[in-house]
Amino acid sequence: MNHEPLTVPTVAEMAAEGKKPEILFWVGCAGSFDERAQKITRDICKILNHVGIGFAVLGTEESCTGDPAKRAGNEFLFQMQAMANIQVLDAYEIKKIVTGCPHCFNTIKNEYPGLGGNYEVIHHSQLIQQLIDEGKLKAEGGESFKGKKITYHDPCYLGRGNNVYEAPRAALEVLDAELVEMKRCKSNGLCCGAGGAQMFKEPEKGKKDINIERMTDVLESKASVVAAACPFCMTMLSDGVKNENKEQEIQVLDIAEITVRANGL
Amino acid sequence: MIAQILFIIILAAAIYLFSKNAGKIRRNILLGKDTDRSDNPALRWKTMAKIALGQTKMVKRPLAAVMHFFIYAGFIIINLEVLEIMIDGVFGSHRIFSKPLGSLYDLLIGGFEFLALLVLVACITFLSRRNIARLKRFSGVEMTEWPRSDANYILIIEILLMTAFLTMNAADHKLQLLNFGHYIKAGSFPVSSFIAPMLPDGASSLEMIERGCWWFHIVGILAFLNYLPYSKHFHILLAFPNTYYSNLHPKGQLTNMASVTNEVKAMLDPSFVPETAGEPGRFGAKDVTDLTWKNLMEAYTCTECGRCTSVCPANITGKLLSPRKIMMDTRDRITEVGNNIDKHGKDFKDDKSLLDNYITREELWACTTCNACTDACPVNINPLEIIIEMRRYVVMEESQAPASLNNMFSNVENNGAPWKYSSADRLNWKENI
Ligand code: SF4
Ligand code: SF4
Repeated sequence: MNHEPLTVPTVAEMAAEGKKPEILFWVGCAGSFDERAQKITRDICKILNHVGIGFAVLGTEESCTGDPAKRAGNEFLFQMQAMANIQVLDAYEIKKIVTGCPHCFNTIKNEYPGLGGNYEVIHHSQLIQQLIDEGKLKAEGGESFKGKKITYHDPCYLGRGNNVYEAPRAALEVLDAELVEMKRCKSNGLCCGAGGAQMFKEPEKGKKDINIERMTDVLESKASVVAAACPFCMTMLSDGVKNENKEQEIQVLDIAEITVRANGL
Repeated sequence: MIAQILFIIILAAAIYLFSKNAGKIRRNILLGKDTDRSDNPALRWKTMAKIALGQTKMVKRPLAAVMHFFIYAGFIIINLEVLEIMIDGVFGSHRIFSKPLGSLYDLLIGGFEFLALLVLVACITFLSRRNIARLKRFSGVEMTEWPRSDANYILIIEILLMTAFLTMNAADHKLQLLNFGHYIKAGSFPVSSFIAPMLPDGASSLEMIERGCWWFHIVGILAFLNYLPYSKHFHILLAFPNTYYSNLHPKGQLTNMASVTNEVKAMLDPSFVPETAGEPGRFGAKDVTDLTWKNLMEAYTCTECGRCTSVCPANITGKLLSPRKIMMDTRDRITEVGNNIDKHGKDFKDDKSLLDNYITREELWACTTCNACTDACPVNINPLEIIIEMRRYVVMEESQAPASLNNMFSNVENNGAPWKYSSADRLNWKENI
């Protein structure tokens, strides 16, 4: 594989040169700090670099969107975060945003406008779909997924939350793989267990954890690759696979990672 | 003549009682806070037509959908027939529509009979699902004695009403063949003609059966009407306004609390003056009156079908949370508040609230806000909104969030991330390239 060095400018660096990015890549907290999610972040950058989109990140000027605070009931903290973020985005005259996380996507797209932040927001799976449609990504020259059974886990905040069901599937359809749907999928999909701030607390007591329940669907699908499109789902699904001692048989990969591998980036 | 007077008295009493009880529910709903759902009427009508009239969300469970459709269609169409019964009852006429409608009348009555048969089939299927097959969806802690018998009562009443309707037609049919009294030849009886042989042949006993069933049928319907406000079956009326006032935003979007926006703006810019100096009020919801009228309308619309609960990941994995219970608790509590007002005047406060007396914190904190419940609900009810409002109260008014969430809050506040990492490290991921 070739390894062109990644160019990831910050918006501030661009501004210093008197330039503005075509699109802002909103990395998100998980994408910035979680080790597994960092890989996805880099892969999204690889894709952006590969197709030559002039993007930038906020870097140290980015802050939590406020999603976990809001869903846990702390509206104050959410709005403080939102207003501060909107100030930064507006100062740089950002118009278009791509996010690496459905939670950031949902919050900026749906909840920021009411607080004065209006941007065109897309999730990275939508960007990938668009690039595939434009013929800029081909799923050739890289790792072959031929004959592999791949299933896709719908993140609640992308699927039910915002009706994005097709874009991530489009990224898998270009692969020469066997796509299987889990018993619970699309609007009937089962949550990974992390949303609504559950990521940051112990689950309430019950029979089992939600990600373990989700594993029954994964195992039943007999897939060897589970495609994810959210860093929280990634954590939950990976933990689920570990819990079943199936790390050798089942890989959990983000849509961006699959795209990067298939295109040999 | 006496029969007519008696009929008019019963009819008037039934209508009066129903409007009184329905009015109480309306009053209770309006105890909720205001929320604006008047935008985009075109889309609202469309949503109502699709979901309430067209029942598009029922199809996810095909057997239930078909059976429910029989009962629903039967209900609407047989109501046309009730119109004739009303007119006959008031004016002492018999099958008044038969003359003006001619052969169309025969067709209609025949159609009604088939529908009545389908309703019978559906009701018997539903009864056996609930009581013999014991679907898991119809159990659960919130499904106490009352909700279960409520469902059974309704199904049994419907079976009795339909049987009375068919028996009445059978007797009428026989009387017509005997050319007895005012029983003119009208209508066709594709179903009830199978019942006819079981009836006696004497004209006077036939007339007694016909009259008996006629009265049973119509008094039964009026009694049913008055049972509705006490039952989950009120959904046959509220499903329509409830879907009209649906949430039209993406499901992932939560409301931005305007009162908080004002405070945050004032904190960021001391010279900021909020547009509306509304009453300070409470952040979030502790009791039902802190919820909006739409939340309360949903509580009265809930049919206790449990579709929400059966897809809730928290419930599936054995946690206490059941979105259906959230709706049923909300209705029970607002009914209690309403009854208190009736008994003790409008300023009366008991020392109970929706939070803690009905819904526990453990239930609230189990929700992943995944929207499976709102997607599954056949009448677009949103249990999640109530959960979030109550979380808001617990967090902002009481500062009683679980400790781990408080940690997350302070991380977001101090580091701009829910984890304890410094924002200076936000670009570290670039390093390992
Ligand atoms: S949103 Fe909450 S209550 Fe509704 S299904 Fe999901 S976890 Fe359950
Ligand atoms: S909220 Fe909706 S899905 Fe849940 S029990 Fe009530 S009617 Fe059924």
